[in-house]
Amino acid sequence: MVDKNGMANAAPKDNILFSARSLEVALPDMAAKPLFGKAPMIRILNGIDLDISRGSVLGIVGGSGSGKSTLGRALLRLIEPTAGAIEFDGRDITHLSEDALRPTRRRMQMIFQDPMSSLNPRRRVGAIIADPLQMHGFDNVTGRVDDALDHVGLPRGFRSRYPHELSGGQRQRVGIARAIALKPEFILADEIVSGLDVSSQAQVLNVLANLVKELGLTLAFISHDLSVIRRLCDHVMVLQRGNIVEYGDADSVFDAPQAAYTRELLDAIPLPDPRQAGW
Amino acid sequence: MSAFLTVKNLSAALHGFDQRVLRSVSFSIDTGEVLGLVGESGAGKSMIGKAILGILPSAISIIEGEILIDGQDLQKMKPADRRRFIGATAALIPQDPLTALNPSRRIEPQITSRLVDILGWSKADARVRAMELLNEVHIDNPERVMGSYPHELSGGMRQRVLIASAFAANPKLVIADEPTTALDVTVQKQILRLIRELQERHSTAMVFVTHDLGVVSKVCQRLSVLYGGKIVENSSVPDFFKGPKHAYSRALLAATPKYTDPDASLLPVDESVIEAVAAEVLAADKEWRHGR
Amino acid sequence: MLDGRGSIKRRLGARLWLSGTWLGVMALLALFAPMISPHDPLAQDLFAGRLPPFWMNGSDPAYLLGTDSLGRDVLSRLIHGARIAFSVALVAGLATAIVGSMLGLLAGYMRGWVDVLISRLVDIWMAFPPVLFAILLIAVLGTGLTSIIIAIVVIDWTRFCRVVRAEAMNQSAMDYVSSAIVAGRPRRDILWREILPNVLPTIVALLTLEMGIAVIVEAILSFVNLSISTDAPTWGGMIAEGRTSIYQAWWVLAFPLAVLFLTVLSFSQFGEGLKDRFDPVLR
Repeated sequence: MVDKNGMANAAPKDNILFSARSLEVALPDMAAKPLFGKAPMIRILNGIDLDISRGSVLGIVGGSGSGKSTLGRALLRLIEPTAGAIEFDGRDITHLSEDALRPTRRRMQMIFQDPMSSLNPRRRVGAIIADPLQMHGFDNVTGRVDDALDHVGLPRGFRSRYPHELSGGQRQRVGIARAIALKPEFILADEIVSGLDVSSQAQVLNVLANLVKELGLTLAFISHDLSVIRRLCDHVMVLQRGNIVEYGDADSVFDAPQAAYTRELLDAIPLPDPRQAGW
Repeated sequence: MSAFLTVKNLSAALHGFDQRVLRSVSFSIDTGEVLGLVGESGAGKSMIGKAILGILPSAISIIEGEILIDGQDLQKMKPADRRRFIGATAALIPQDPLTALNPSRRIEPQITSRLVDILGWSKADARVRAMELLNEVHIDNPERVMGSYPHELSGGMRQRVLIASAFAANPKLVIADEPTTALDVTVQKQILRLIRELQERHSTAMVFVTHDLGVVSKVCQRLSVLYGGKIVENSSVPDFFKGPKHAYSRALLAATPKYTDPDASLLPVDESVIEAVAAEVLAADKEWRHGR
Repeated sequence: MLDGRGSIKRRLGARLWLSGTWLGVMALLALFAPMISPHDPLAQDLFAGRLPPFWMNGSDPAYLLGTDSLGRDVLSRLIHGARIAFSVALVAGLATAIVGSMLGLLAGYMRGWVDVLISRLVDIWMAFPPVLFAILLIAVLGTGLTSIIIAIVVIDWTRFCRVVRAEAMNQSAMDYVSSAIVAGRPRRDILWREILPNVLPTIVALLTLEMGIAVIVEAILSFVNLSISTDAPTWGGMIAEGRTSIYQAWWVLAFPLAVLFLTVLSFSQFGEGLKDRFDPVLR
């Protein structure tokens, strides 16, 4: 195990937007539930510590079952942590009620893996983007929707389309537009390009990378794909079975990985090159 | 000697539509050779494999062209003969190891049933062969795995079982349809090595369908790039990765992530490249219609 | 490959047309029964008993579908029967749908003790044999249209509850619900604005099915004389009567049976057809 906080603590305290301390999540294992009594709990995350400083991009990587998606969802309070604390902008949000959390919700948004399921199929793109704006009482909603569509490079005419009328890459850009329309400070992107073709994958990543710079966003980018992480992230956290095995700035993780698991992950990536060593 | 598998001018279309989904596809594969079929979703790459195995969805049918396996024209066979012939010479490694195994049956009959039912082996022989195969795909405890149900195995284990069952009857031709897409990278590496190892040992001719150029560079000797059901480039693997000839292939290669070279990879595909290749497909369609 | 996005328009299914037309005609007949029906459905004419339908020997053109043993006009009774059948279908169907769907949505979305409570209730409820339950209820409530409707709602809400609960659970796990939470939408709103619209097609399909079931239940209760007064023109009552004279006058049994069959079939087919049409995503 490497020093988890080596990188993160270097950032000055007031510059940290999101942090978690000893975050644990366990879920009941319904398959093993006895006829009477409670189901046994499965630990998904074992005490995660992280700090995301303002304006930085953190990549969270791991295989299936590593707990990376659970971590993201726990940060946004979509899954209740069993133990530990989450702080957003210096405020403990671990136990805030949904009502108390609502004003903060606007400031932290999420982009989902499967845009087909995260965009309500019965609503038009315009309504999908406008909805959160109206809920948080923004003025000039139409203008803001147009603005968001411009930002992600979609024509304004897409307002009247349904999600199923769009291509995968376009749908994912609608997901990004919905998230940035609220002018959030933090965005969680959960495997947002894993369902896309390579050509649209690059485009969506570019859109996101530009927005991060332009709008000064703080981003947590969850992916199983280290190549994609390298493109986008300043810091990388490698998870394996709910534990952090490596956490540091991107260049050092890629150029000199410390953990055996990180090296294994890197070596297993099939580069588009028939002469790659180790195969 | 002529190629083991030859596909000539294969076209397929949806029933009741003029639009072709496979557009005059031609290629051939020798014994012991692996051809990669590469393309994005909707390129028709899986459909070619399905057409060869005769498992196209019922709404799609072959409207033109020939498929020759070992010199035999599949289109000229009676459906029952064709099924028997394909069952004895070819096999499929499917994409999704979860749905490709029957969840309510143990592993053993799922490997042996083809040997027993189609090739007429005795149960005991088939069992011995199944054990041998599970050894061959590096499963440590074949006894236990044969008695397990699919849900008791991990994704990688299931894919090993499927590979074992594909190679069970010593097929001369294997169609691998995105066999590692559902797996973690570390498991993918093991499975790709395994497929290559078995393919080499048995000198199988193989069609490897994938969207991942990285994977192609690891298992194939030649590749065909598809767009809209049409092959836009045929190339040997070393030549292709030195520099693809077609603009679309070049864009595809540049868009493929490469963590060792973050600045020169993952480049977005230019709209104009897509428009050009789409126009090329339409022009070929026009010519084809004219020729009919 | 074509993925069909937008390019393949689904044909408006024949079954939607056929069943819709039949239901439409029956609904109109029911609505305007007093104006349309050639005779008073209750008027007896003992001299014109068991007259055959118009195409047979000895028929009377005044009685197109013949008369029953008491000389009542079969056609008029069928039309007035439609009135009763459709009122029961509409009121009982809607009430069942509303009660069952509400509870199902709550259970599937809230989970926890709400779900446990409602699900257990459904389990216990479904352990009663429905026909016995109905007869018992009618015995307590007394006969009459209202009692039938109440009986149907009380017995059949579980059908909606179970299906809607499962569907609401499915939909709750979808990411658009998570994204609504991220957007800060209150939980109550999410149920109405995000989940309900996606469960609605299922509810509609079930509703039409339920209407068909309501028609059958009404017919069954009429058949065993537990519906409204015995000589009231109900399809079930007509079938019960026709049964006694099947060898002398088959038409008294056959016409209401055919109408009942077609109506129930149309309800279920109409529901399936609607469900497909309702869906914005081509599946």
